[in-house]
Amino acid sequence: MPVILVVVFFQLIVLQQPLPNLVQLLSGVLLVVLGLTLFIQGLEMGLFPVGESLAHALARKGSLLWLLVFAFSLGFGTTVAEPALIAVAEEASEVAAGAGAIASDQAAQEAYADGLRLTVAFSVGLAILVGVIRIVKGWPIHWMIMGGYVLVVIITSVAPREIIGIAYDSGGVTTSTITVPLVTALGVGLASSIRGRNPMIDGFGLIAFASITPIIFVMLFGMAVH
Amino acid sequence: MHWSDVLETLLDTAGDVLPIVVMIAVFQFVIIRRPMPNMRRVIIGFVYVLLGLSLFLLGLEQALFPLGRLMASQLTDPAFIYSGIERMADAMHWADYYWVYIFAFAIGFSTTIAEPSLMAVAIKASQVSGGAIHAWGLRIAVALGVAVGISLGAYRIVSGLPIHYFIIVGYVVVVLQTFYAPRLIIPLAYDSGGVTTSTVTVPVVAALGLGLAETVPGRSVLIDGFGLIAFASLFPMMSVMAYAQISEYRAGRQRTKSSD
Repeated sequence: MPVILVVVFFQLIVLQQPLPNLVQLLSGVLLVVLGLTLFIQGLEMGLFPVGESLAHALARKGSLLWLLVFAFSLGFGTTVAEPALIAVAEEASEVAAGAGAIASDQAAQEAYADGLRLTVAFSVGLAILVGVIRIVKGWPIHWMIMGGYVLVVIITSVAPREIIGIAYDSGGVTTSTITVPLVTALGVGLASSIRGRNPMIDGFGLIAFASITPIIFVMLFGMAVH
Repeated sequence: MHWSDVLETLLDTAGDVLPIVVMIAVFQFVIIRRPMPNMRRVIIGFVYVLLGLSLFLLGLEQALFPLGRLMASQLTDPAFIYSGIERMADAMHWADYYWVYIFAFAIGFSTTIAEPSLMAVAIKASQVSGGAIHAWGLRIAVALGVAVGISLGAYRIVSGLPIHYFIIVGYVVVVLQTFYAPRLIIPLAYDSGGVTTSTVTVPVVAALGLGLAETVPGRSVLIDGFGLIAFASLFPMMSVMAYAQISEYRAGRQRTKSSD
C-alpha cells in the first residue's frame, strides 16, 4: 500500500510528529487489503457478467427503445443515490446561500440540494443514453467529446462564478465504484454483440460522457437558479 | 472497532447497491423474461462486492482518512508553512508551499493506485485488448496524471488564478493529443478521467483543497476550495494518451531496429 508509505513519510519526516494509534492503522490496512481482494473477486463473478449478459440480451432482443430505457435508468438510478453526490450537493447549497442566490433557510437549501442532485442524475442518465446510441451507430467518440468541451467552455463564460468550481467537480464525483464496472461491462458487452463494432474502440467511452454532461447541466442549473 | 460501525457501513453500502440490484432484476425478469445465466455465481459475486467494499471503506475510515485529513490540515497550517521564514508579511511567495505540492503529488498518486473503480476498468481493458494494455501500466499512467493534476490544482489555489483558464488549456491539450494518439486508446483515455476520482481520492483531496483555501490569505473557501477533483479528472486523459504514444513509439523503434 503506497498510501501508507506516503502518510508515514510525511508524518515522521516532514511534520516530525509521531504516528497516532499504530495498532488501529495496521488493522485498518489489513481490512483494506482484505476488502479489495473480495471486491475484485466479486467483480469478476458478479458485476462484469451481469453487465455483459444484460447488454447481450438487450441487443439480441433488437429493441433499441428498451436498450435506451435501460441505459438511462442505469445512469439515473446509480447516480441519484450516490453518497459523494449528496455530499457535494449539500456543500453547494451552502455556497449558494452564502452568495445570496437563495434564501439561507433550511427549506430553501434542501430544495436547492435536491434540485442539483436530480439535475446531475438526469445528466448522467442522458450521458449513458447518448453513449449507447454512439456504440450502436459506431460514431467516433472524439468529435462528440470535443463538442461537449466546446459547450462547457461557452457555458463557463456566462455561468455565475460560484457555481463553476462545483460544476467541474461534479463531473468527477458522479461515477461510483459500483457504477463504473457495470457501465464498462455494458459498453464492452454491447460493442462485442453488435457486428462491426470493436469492443476496444466502441466499448469504452461511456464514463467519459458521464463526466462531461454533469458539468454542463450543473452550470445550466446554476444559471437558472442564480 | 465496534460492531455497530461494521453494521452501519455494511448497511450504507447495501443502500448504494440496492437500487442497482432492483433495476437489474426488473430488466432481467420483466423485459428480457429469461433467467440469468449462472444465477448462483452472480449472487455470490454481488455479496463479495458488497462485503469487500464495506471492509475496504471501514479500513480506510479507520486507518487513512483521519490521518490524511489531519496531515492535509497540518501541512497547510500557517505555523508549519511559515516556520522557516522570518518576516511573514512579504514572504507569501507561492514557492513557499513546496511541501504542499509534494504532498499533493504523492497523495494523488498513491490514492489513485488504490482506487477500486480504476482497477475494474484496468482489468477490463487488459481483457478486451488481449493483454496489449497492461493493467499495471494503465494504473500507473492514470495515477501519474492525477498526481500532476492535483499538484497543479494546489498551485492554483495558492496562486488564486481562475480555474477555467487551466481547464480550458487542458481541454486544448487533450484535443491536440487526440489527433496524434493511437486510435484504440482514445475512448479508454477519456474514460480514465472519470474513474479516477471516487471512494479513496475524493475525501482526502477535498480535505486538502478546503484546508489550503482556508489557510492561504485572500482565498475564499467557497470559490477556491473546490476544483481539485476537476484537475484530477482532466490530467489522466493526457497521461494515458501519452502512455500509449510512448509505447507505440518504442514499439515502432524496435520494429525498425529488428528489420535492419
